Amino acid sequence: MNALSPMLSPPILSIEAVVKNFRGLRAVDGVSFTVAKGEIVALIGPNGAGKTTVFNMIAGVFAPNDGDILLEGQSLVGLRPDQVCRAGVGRTFQLVKPFGNLSVEENVVVGALRWAADVAEAKRLAREVLEMLGLADKRRLPARSLTLPDRKCLEVARALATRPKLLLLDEVMAGLRPAETDRMVETFQRLNRETGLTIVLIEHVMRAVMALSHRVVVINSGKPVCEGIPAEVVRDPRVLDCYLGEEAV
Amino acid sequence: MKQRLALLALVAAFALAPLAAGPYLLSVLMLVLTMAYLGQAWNIMMGFAGQLSLGHSLYGGLGAYVAAALFVQFGIPGALGLVAAIAVAVAAGAVIGALGFRFGVKGVYFALLTIAFAEFTRVLFEHIPGLGGPGGLFLPVASRAGVDLLYLRGHPLMFYYLILAMTVGIFLLCRRLLESRLGFYWLAVREDQEAAAALGINVFRAKMWAVMLSAGLTAAGGVFFAFYYNTLFPTQAFGMDRSISIILAPIVGGLGTLFGPILGALILTPLGETITWGTEALGFNAAGLKQLFYGLALLGIVKFLPDGVWPWLRRRLGWDGDEDGSA
Ligand SMILES: Nc1ncnc2c1ncn2[C@@H]1O[C@H](COP(=O)(O)OP(=O)(O)OP(=O)(O)O)[C@@H](O)[C@H]1O
Ligand SMILES: [Mg+2]
Repeated sequence: MNALSPMLSPPILSIEAVVKNFRGLRAVDGVSFTVAKGEIVALIGPNGAGKTTVFNMIAGVFAPNDGDILLEGQSLVGLRPDQVCRAGVGRTFQLVKPFGNLSVEENVVVGALRWAADVAEAKRLAREVLEMLGLADKRRLPARSLTLPDRKCLEVARALATRPKLLLLDEVMAGLRPAETDRMVETFQRLNRETGLTIVLIEHVMRAVMALSHRVVVINSGKPVCEGIPAEVVRDPRVLDCYLGEEAV
Repeated sequence: MKQRLALLALVAAFALAPLAAGPYLLSVLMLVLTMAYLGQAWNIMMGFAGQLSLGHSLYGGLGAYVAAALFVQFGIPGALGLVAAIAVAVAAGAVIGALGFRFGVKGVYFALLTIAFAEFTRVLFEHIPGLGGPGGLFLPVASRAGVDLLYLRGHPLMFYYLILAMTVGIFLLCRRLLESRLGFYWLAVREDQEAAAALGINVFRAKMWAVMLSAGLTAAGGVFFAFYYNTLFPTQAFGMDRSISIILAPIVGGLGTLFGPILGALILTPLGETITWGTEALGFNAAGLKQLFYGLALLGIVKFLPDGVWPWLRRRLGWDGDEDGSA
């Protein structure tokens, strides 16, 4: 039901038939989907399907060989990563990239400086974000001393601190315990509800996908497989065939 | 708080030193301050923004030669020449930065680029007519008495307090920078460029600020050098030796820290002087011994205290949780 209402507003993000080649390999081959304002969309598929590559194209890490990517109607193609961020897209890295020698708080301050008028204001927001994600008591620690789940959490905190319109999450719940997953899911739901944050998440943890997403887009070998609401997608024979086959859902 | 007190005590000690110290000790203290000042300037690029420059003598040399040439040729006061010196060095930094950062020349290759520019400039200055060539450029000294800050001519004590003021000034500037937006950008770029860019930081611009600021500040140090020693040789001013001696203090003291360059200079200079003095007293000529010692000191630091002496000392003193904790 909640899948219907956001669909009515114009898309905040449209991916239009994007293609990405790495030398001989066609990593992404004609993927298209749109994301409505306020929507939470999951991008799933087997390992090597091209999910992270789609994110990297949105985020400006590399340009698509073909197709277009629009944020609120404006093409993002050709922009640098920092310009995409300033256009309102926050992203996390699947292979986490903490600023290891900076404190947890300083990591988040860097994100908050995207919009904060000064460092003091950025520090205030950083505290808020750290509280929200349960990292507040670790804020003085150097980021390199965090455990992997905490580093993933820090990725989220940093990206959120930039106050994005659109948040791209790349497997941030991998390695979390079920209770931690649920808490993270709750946080995203609250952000989505209270601030209207739009989220696209890549996730293998189906527990999180089912709980969080309004809609699911499935890709395999760089090609689109299907999309729909979570309950339907997980029963789709094509999805079972290429991805969820052996997993109990 | 403790760090602030320690700093104040240190500054006070330096400020009062001329009351007790003789000319030789003062000249050593000046070396300490010069090393700390130049190290601090270099630290902005490497310690803060993570860009390795091994050709920093370029900026110091340019600063020295520009201000000295303006004085020798046209009688332009040193304090005015300083402005031109800084402008030229900043421009040189901008060219190197633009080349290196725009074309993705990173790490060791960027360092090689900086060396190449310093070497090229050394050769260039050996052939510019009117600057003395390899034979050197000499600044006329009318009188060693008095204080003329405009012309940068005067008593050695004037130079002592000048370099002290410069060292305190650059320390305070760097502290401000580290607490600023730009400072956070630099640290982020140093730690991970991709992540920094994903948070909206224009990585190229942040690095350009670092190299230009560092170049300009280094040039001011060069001007000081020129007017204090009154002689300039391309082989020294643009030499690899000079570049290495600029980077030693911050590496030994602690890269990216505010106290590192000062502490490194306080450790290295007296030890270096002792070695020079010792070998001379023993009556044998060992020109390379000081360099060898510096090399060994560097090896020792890299092996036993890879973060430098200051982070270790700060931990030992229990000052880690201090307000300037990250400094
Ligand atoms: N920078 C790159 N250079 C060359 N090949 C790449 C690059 N990035 C990804 N690939 C290749 O593109 C394909 C898709 O990779 P991608 O990382 O997008 O998959 P993914 O769906 O995110 O997989 P996973 O679930 O394992 O994270 C893979 O075969 C990968 O090896
Ligand atoms: Mg991936």
